[in-house]
Amino acid sequence: MAMTDDAPLLVANGLTKRYGHRIGCENVDLTLYAGEVLAIVGESGSGKSTLLQMLSLQMMQTRGDISYRMRDGQMRDLTLLNEAERRLLMRTDWGYVSQDATLGLRMSVSAGGNVGERLMGLGWRHYGNIRNEALDWLDRVEIDRNRIDDAPRAFSGGMRQRLLIAKNLVTKPRLVFMDEPTGGLDVSVQARIIDFLRGLVADLDLAVIIVTHDLAVARLLSTRIMVMRDGHVIETGLTDQVLDDPHAPYTQLLVSSVLQA
Amino acid sequence: MNSPGPKATGYNFGYLDEQTKRMIRRAILKAVAIPGYQVPFASREMPMPYGWGTGGVQVTAAVIGTEDVLKVIDQGSDDTTNAVSIRKFFVRTSGVRTTTSTADASIIQTRHRIPERPLQAGQIIVYQVPIPEPLRFLEPRETETRRMHALEEYGLMHVKLYEDIARHKTIATTYAYPVKVDGRYVMDPSPTPKFDNPKMDMSPALQLFGAGREKRIYALPPYTKVKSLDFDDHPFEVNRFTTPCGLCNATGVYLDEVILDDQGGRMFACSDTDHCETRRVDGHRGLLLGDAHGQVGGSRHGDD
Repeated sequence: MAMTDDAPLLVANGLTKRYGHRIGCENVDLTLYAGEVLAIVGESGSGKSTLLQMLSLQMMQTRGDISYRMRDGQMRDLTLLNEAERRLLMRTDWGYVSQDATLGLRMSVSAGGNVGERLMGLGWRHYGNIRNEALDWLDRVEIDRNRIDDAPRAFSGGMRQRLLIAKNLVTKPRLVFMDEPTGGLDVSVQARIIDFLRGLVADLDLAVIIVTHDLAVARLLSTRIMVMRDGHVIETGLTDQVLDDPHAPYTQLLVSSVLQA
Repeated sequence: MNSPGPKATGYNFGYLDEQTKRMIRRAILKAVAIPGYQVPFASREMPMPYGWGTGGVQVTAAVIGTEDVLKVIDQGSDDTTNAVSIRKFFVRTSGVRTTTSTADASIIQTRHRIPERPLQAGQIIVYQVPIPEPLRFLEPRETETRRMHALEEYGLMHVKLYEDIARHKTIATTYAYPVKVDGRYVMDPSPTPKFDNPKMDMSPALQLFGAGREKRIYALPPYTKVKSLDFDDHPFEVNRFTTPCGLCNATGVYLDEVILDDQGGRMFACSDTDHCETRRVDGHRGLLLGDAHGQVGGSRHGDD
C-alpha cells in the first residue's frame, strides 16, 4: 500500500491553453498528492482560472496532458476517458465549488434534493436513506436540519456556498476543485467557511486545488502554493515559505500589496 | 358507421403527401427499433393548432391504410370536441371506417387515456404528446437532456420524485408519470393518468407517441417492459377509487367526477365511455343510472 500512497493523485505536464494568439496559460507542470491542498494565486488575467478549468476537464487544453489515479489505483490519461467515464469521475470522485453557488445548485430544488442528487445518480433508490444522508451533511456544513425542504433560493450567500460544498462532498470525492469559494462573501462569513473547510479537508483527507486572489485564504487553507502571472507559473513552494520569503519580484509585490488591517 | 373508400375531396389519402408519410414512417421505424428513444422528425403544419394533437394526427396519417378502422378518444371519451374533430378529419381525408368500440378498432388515437379493455396484438395506439422530454422541467437545455439520455444519467428524474415526497409525503405526480423502457430509456408516457402506466407494460399492441410542436416521435413495440420509476420505500401505486362507476357499476377503472347540479350533486363515472356503454348494454347498472338514464343512457352511437 505504501507504493500507492506515495503515488501522486494528479499529474499535469506542459499544460497549455491558447486563445488564438493569446496565451491562457503555458507549460504548466503540476503534481498533486492525496490529502494535499494546493493554492493557485495570481491577479485576474494571470491564467489561474484557465488552468483550473483544464484540470477539472471543463475546458480542453491546447497541449499537454493530465493523468489521474482512479479509485482502482490505476493512473489514467484523462484525455483518453470517454464521455461517460469523464462525467462519472466528475460527479463521484471529484467536486467543483465555484464562486457562484447558483451555478452548482438547482435553485428550485430543496436542499435535501440538491444533496441527494449525486446519490440518486449513483443508483440510490431508498428515500429514507437519501434523506438521512442529506441530514447528516447539513449537520456537517452547519445548516439547520429543518431547512432541508427549503430551496436554496431562500438561503443566504454563505448558506448556499455551504450547501454547494455538501452537495459536492456527499459522494466522498478525493479531489475538490475550488474557484474563489469565498469570493463575494463578507469577511466574517468567509472566515467561518474557511474554518470549516479546514476541518473537512482534514477529516476527509481531501485533496484540494483552490484558485484564489486572496493570499490570506491561500495561507489559511493550503500547504503548497503556485504563483501565476501572464499565463506562467513564476514561483512554487510551501505556502508559508513562499509567502514569508518570496523570491520572484512579482511575488514580493503581491505579498507586499496585501492591505494590513 | 361510415363506409370505406375515399370521397372526392381533393386531399391525398390521410391528408399528408406521400413523401412526408415516408419521412414519418422512417422516424417511426427508428423509434420502434430503439424503444423509448425520442426520434426527431420534420413535423408539418397541420390544419389545427398545436396542442390539439398535431403529432398524433401525423403519426396516424402515416400508418393508416384503407382497411383500417379508426377510434379517437379524448380523456377516454369518444364524443368530446377533440375526438370528434380528429375523427371527422380522417373520415374526410381518408374515408376510412371509424368506430367507438375499442375491440373493433385497428388504430386508436388517444389524448391521455388508454382504453380499459386490454389492447390486442395487431392494434396500434397513437398518443398525442405535448412535451416528450421527461427531464425538461429539471433541465431546460435540450443539448444536456439528450446527453443525459445518451449516457443513461437519470439521477435527476428521481430528484423530481424525491421533491414530491419531501413536499407532499408521497409521490404526488399523478399523470405524465415517468417510466423506464426496457431497462434503458426514461420516457414520458404523455399526460395519461399514472393509473394507465401498468397497461403500457408488456402490451401486445404497438404504441406510438407523436409530439407535433416538439417534433419528436417515440414508440413502444409490442411486449416491451415498461416500469414506473419509484423508491424502494415509496413504491409506485396507481390511483384508487372508493366508489364504483355510477352508471355501469365498474370497479378497478379510471373514473371522472361529474357535477350533476349546483346543489353539490355529483357522481363518478367511467372516463372510458365505450367501456361504460358496453357494460350497460351487457346489463350492468350503476346506482345513479335510474335517474340519469334519459341523458346518459346506454345507446351506442356512431358518428354524425
